[in-house]
Amino acid sequence: MAKKMIISSENEEFVCKVSELSGEQVTLCEQCGTCSGGCPVVGEMDVTPSQMMKMAQLGLKDVLDVKTIWVCASCYTCTIRCPRGLDVSKVAEALRQIILRQAIDHIDIKAIPKEELEQLPQIAMVSACRKFTG
Amino acid sequence: MSAHEDFKLLTDGMKVPYFPGCTLKTTARNFEESALASARALGIEMVELPRWNCCGTVFSLSADDLIHHVASVRNLIRVQEMNKQGLVNENHRLVTLCSMCFNTLKRSNLRVKENAEDMKKINDLMYREEDYQGHVEVVHFIELIRDLGFGKVKRAVKKSLTELKVAPYYGCMILRPKEVSIDDPEAPTIMHEMLQALGTEVISTPYNKVCCGSYQTVQEKSTVVELAHEILTHAQKAGAEAMATTCPLCAFNLDNRQKEIVEKYPGFKKMPIFYITQLMAIAFDLDKKFYGFEQNFVDPKPLLKAKNLLKQ
Repeated sequence: MAKKMIISSENEEFVCKVSELSGEQVTLCEQCGTCSGGCPVVGEMDVTPSQMMKMAQLGLKDVLDVKTIWVCASCYTCTIRCPRGLDVSKVAEALRQIILRQAIDHIDIKAIPKEELEQLPQIAMVSACRKFTG
Repeated sequence: MSAHEDFKLLTDGMKVPYFPGCTLKTTARNFEESALASARALGIEMVELPRWNCCGTVFSLSADDLIHHVASVRNLIRVQEMNKQGLVNENHRLVTLCSMCFNTLKRSNLRVKENAEDMKKINDLMYREEDYQGHVEVVHFIELIRDLGFGKVKRAVKKSLTELKVAPYYGCMILRPKEVSIDDPEAPTIMHEMLQALGTEVISTPYNKVCCGSYQTVQEKSTVVELAHEILTHAQKAGAEAMATTCPLCAFNLDNRQKEIVEKYPGFKKMPIFYITQLMAIAFDLDKKFYGFEQNFVDPKPLLKAKNLLKQ
């Protein structure tokens, strides 16, 4: 018999927010784990990409505290492999945006050593600022 | 008319708009210089976009974030202007070298082309610019060469890179997502074909399209060190003596980060990382000033000398 899960209205609002920002219908994920299996940085994550998707589906705001959303490098390996056609990288971006749009930065550029800054190519700096600062 | 003459007519005097992007003017000057010279050797003049601006380096993934596409679209307007002024004789293509710029420009272009409302809103954000009409096609340099035919590359080779064992490294941005890929995103061959045309022994490794960690290099260097170590050692185990890339950020992570790899894995042997265009410049026997090896972190000269591809 099919089981029915009831999501509270507060959680539902969060699911809608993530879906709206990402443009992805997160409820479509059926937890096959393809994204986690192919992710090159899954070993650095605290929850796998599929777990992140599950948390987003359930509207659990704890997903905003996971390391995973910051470890993702938007390499789009999951994007091209999802059998449901979901773009997991866009969901990670939506979760980052929810934090960054509260003017909470993930990195402190001033803390980067000068000799590193001198070596890093601009594309590294610009993209890190785009991804990790609001 | 022979097929060869036909080709010559097709390419001689080709002037195509070119978007360099920021990094090609600084840490990846060796990429730009070797590419422009190699293109010239093939009869292609890559004409830099006047008043180009940074594309933003990463495509904006949020559905509501239109403002970050403005930078890309403004560059596409510059292409329209170049066409009108007769600065180029290509009527729609824009060529990029940097894989990140390619991805960002191409995806923004697709977004506005496929969404009339977005196009209108973005044009409305730029009162001082003419409207973008949506006719530009963003292509990567290797695609442009493939369109000419790798046979033409082969015919331009004066010093075949035989015996040089090179593993192509595709990275992410020219392969993914599918709608912008320059080849099959899971089983690409385009760089293999280019390297074959230059005469190298091409080494395949399943890690040639695994992410190098990209911008994580800024604050999570250890992630990049691990990924780069995997990518490099898999190539070495398959027999590679060097790798070739088209992305200045991949190049930085695979090349400069070898310093940290050696610190963590003392047994690791450093390996040169080339821009694929540097290998073109060598194979076409162009002036050494176009090689730009002084910007490579791991010096490729000893390897090239050992293979008689560079004078002692």
